[in-house]
Amino acid sequence: MKERLIKGGLSIIALTSLGSLFLIAFFIFKEGIPIILRVGPDKFFFSTNWRPFEKEFGILSMIVGSLSVTCGTLILSVPLGVGCAIFLAFFAPTLMRQLLKPVLELLFAIPSVVYGFMGVVILIPLIQTYFGGPGYSILACSIVLTIMILPVIVSLSLDAIQAVPRSYLEGALALGATKWQAIWRVILPAARSGINAGVILAMAGTIGETMAVIMVAGNSVKMPHSILDAVRPLTANIALEMGYATGEHQEALFATGVVLFIVIMILNVIARFVAKSGVSK
Amino acid sequence: MRAEPTKIQRLLIFFLWSVAFFTIGILIFIIGYILIKGLSYVDLKFLLTLPEKMGKEGGVWPFIFSTLYITSVCLVISVPLGVGTAIYLSEYTREGWFNSVIRFGCDCLAGIPSIILGLFGFIFFVIYLKMGWSVLAGGLTVSLMILPFVIRSSEEAIRAVPCALREASLSLGASRWQTVMRIVLPNALPGILTGIILGIGKCVGETASLILTAGSSLRLPVSIFDSGRTLAIHFYILAREGISMEKAYATAAVLIISILVINIAAYKLMHHFVKRYKRESIFWIRLQ
Amino acid sequence: MNKRGFDHWVTTLLIVLGLMLGGCGRAKREITITLSGSTSVQPFAERLAEEYTLRNPEVRIDVQGGGSTAGIRAVKTGICHLGMSSRELKEDEKDLNRILIARDGLAIVIHPTNPLDDISLDDVQRIFAGELSNWKGLSGIDHPIYPITREEGSGTREAFTGLIMKQSKISPGTLVQDSSGAVREAIATNPYAIGYISLGLVNERVKALNIDGVTPTKENIDSGAYPLTRPFLFVSMEEPKGKIKEFVDFVLSSDGQKILEEEGLLSAR
Repeated sequence: MKERLIKGGLSIIALTSLGSLFLIAFFIFKEGIPIILRVGPDKFFFSTNWRPFEKEFGILSMIVGSLSVTCGTLILSVPLGVGCAIFLAFFAPTLMRQLLKPVLELLFAIPSVVYGFMGVVILIPLIQTYFGGPGYSILACSIVLTIMILPVIVSLSLDAIQAVPRSYLEGALALGATKWQAIWRVILPAARSGINAGVILAMAGTIGETMAVIMVAGNSVKMPHSILDAVRPLTANIALEMGYATGEHQEALFATGVVLFIVIMILNVIARFVAKSGVSK
Repeated sequence: MRAEPTKIQRLLIFFLWSVAFFTIGILIFIIGYILIKGLSYVDLKFLLTLPEKMGKEGGVWPFIFSTLYITSVCLVISVPLGVGTAIYLSEYTREGWFNSVIRFGCDCLAGIPSIILGLFGFIFFVIYLKMGWSVLAGGLTVSLMILPFVIRSSEEAIRAVPCALREASLSLGASRWQTVMRIVLPNALPGILTGIILGIGKCVGETASLILTAGSSLRLPVSIFDSGRTLAIHFYILAREGISMEKAYATAAVLIISILVINIAAYKLMHHFVKRYKRESIFWIRLQ
Repeated sequence: MNKRGFDHWVTTLLIVLGLMLGGCGRAKREITITLSGSTSVQPFAERLAEEYTLRNPEVRIDVQGGGSTAGIRAVKTGICHLGMSSRELKEDEKDLNRILIARDGLAIVIHPTNPLDDISLDDVQRIFAGELSNWKGLSGIDHPIYPITREEGSGTREAFTGLIMKQSKISPGTLVQDSSGAVREAIATNPYAIGYISLGLVNERVKALNIDGVTPTKENIDSGAYPLTRPFLFVSMEEPKGKIKEFVDFVLSSDGQKILEEEGLLSAR
């Protein structure tokens, strides 16, 4: 009897995370959906005019902003991250491995405000000097986010690489391939789904990052034309104006949140699906 | 004409080494920069006095206190829920649809960016439940953030407890619950604690969601319904408003040191008991 | 080992609970006055609150940010006692009780190495509207201008648009920073940037421009020669009473005004 009670209690506890997920979705959607419908989805998603005080809520330039920053980050971080994972798995001497892992853990643990701050103090002047432009740019965002997201890509790629049976590598080496050829042609294809899942999760993390981005993105509401242009990603839009927003403006920010929420949920589901597809093979 | 495979390999290995050094260099640079710029302003007085002139002078005591306060509220909520869920998932059910639904929910919750959690916390805890900007609302919001993480690491720790121990306990006539409380949990404790400590690290560094839910009052929060400003938020405001760069660097130094201490503590704890785990580090669990 | 491990568990929990209860136990407290609103006024209000509570330790003053509009709304809904605004009240806000606590000059600032010293209001407007995008016509340097503005909803931005932009709009390509300090920092690190901040925040890292030949000094603002000023307001539902009135009286007293002047504002009187 007592055991039953305990089991019941525990199952309720276990449902809290699921429950809070629904609660979050419910409240964000409740606040955000009406305004999208009122403005009209076409205007909301495909207009670049964001003038909250004149009731114009178009978030296209912010969607483009988020996408361009994410692309930039992936272009920089995937080669670095997967490279780091390969290094850890196959080439690093023990000492280096013992050093690199805590380093990555700490990089992950450093608060995002600190990254943003370092970006403003160090990176922005550098970009101004060497590339021109205002400094606050897609490039600055991508570099800061690359450093932040690197540990995630490394750890997930490493897991995927280490899950490949050792015999694959040995077999390839025995056939006369160099170690690099074996890794490139045999190990990486075999670990592909795990790495892909990691990259997709990293993508979700990049899109959702706020504090570091708001400090280095420049936040202008305009379609970017080059990587040296300033952008306002979706998260920055929320954080920037939430403090001031009331009424419809606030609802529009929640609507921005709805877009963000949906995109990230989709990415999470895809990542799960991709990871699973690798396991069953 | 094709390049020689061994040459390519040498080139690529060189690239990998530079990536590794680059990564290490970045970390050393960030930590070094903040500590060199800030550490000289940090002393006991800075840590234990109240701020004056919006933080231009004086110390950071209220912010340290708020950080601890919000973190404790967060732990009081997320630890029982997280460990409870982990026990349920690993001890009370077999793998089935119910389990995978809960795991899926957990993964999704882990993926929600903190600004969205902040929006939710603002509209639900602050406005709807009328908590106002408060330690309670902030603590509840961050507890949602670290809950999936506590579940994950506890589950991993509980699963690492050898089955033989459970079987022995059950065969001696102990009930399932007794086995969990007396055998499984004590044995899994180091792993669970490691997860919790790393969760504390996440709380300490959190900014986006807390600005929207805990407010940014300069005062020492007395009751749980008072607004409080954490160290990370204080650093953000000092640096952004340009109130005082010296104090900003000093606050950042305190923040970085506490993050270092938290992570080293977790690392040591885990290292001590690492043999029980399949994986080499709890960290790698956290990221999934 | 098992027993000991469990003791740790219990101790941790007790410490945590103790911390929380300790907090709640002291919850019986003095009178609290809450202020919320403009982030521009916030630092000054915090400074005033600090001085006031030194003299009246039984009063606790909570100062929140949030922005002028949010602060005014918070007063209307009764969430806080006093709202802070860094802009004049709008038509639909006129029914509230308006208390002028100080005035603030708005400075147009550029990088110190920029040779420009003087600018006309018209040029400022054209720069921020995106019509004037090169320094060439102004300071002779052939380089694009990077205007920097505050975010939508900020009282400083509203004061700026009211004083300068009039009917035209700030161009969407303008860089946006979420605080005056961040604007100042961005300008201090970019030789081609231009922005606007509170006069009290101007320091050696940026240069404040003369407007049509008039230097932004206290004298020129007092005489009305310098055109860019805005009010700092406290806003309340009705005439303040009791402790709130005492606090407002302190702010308006010569002591309170002196503090504000020390911090770079202009006395309300």
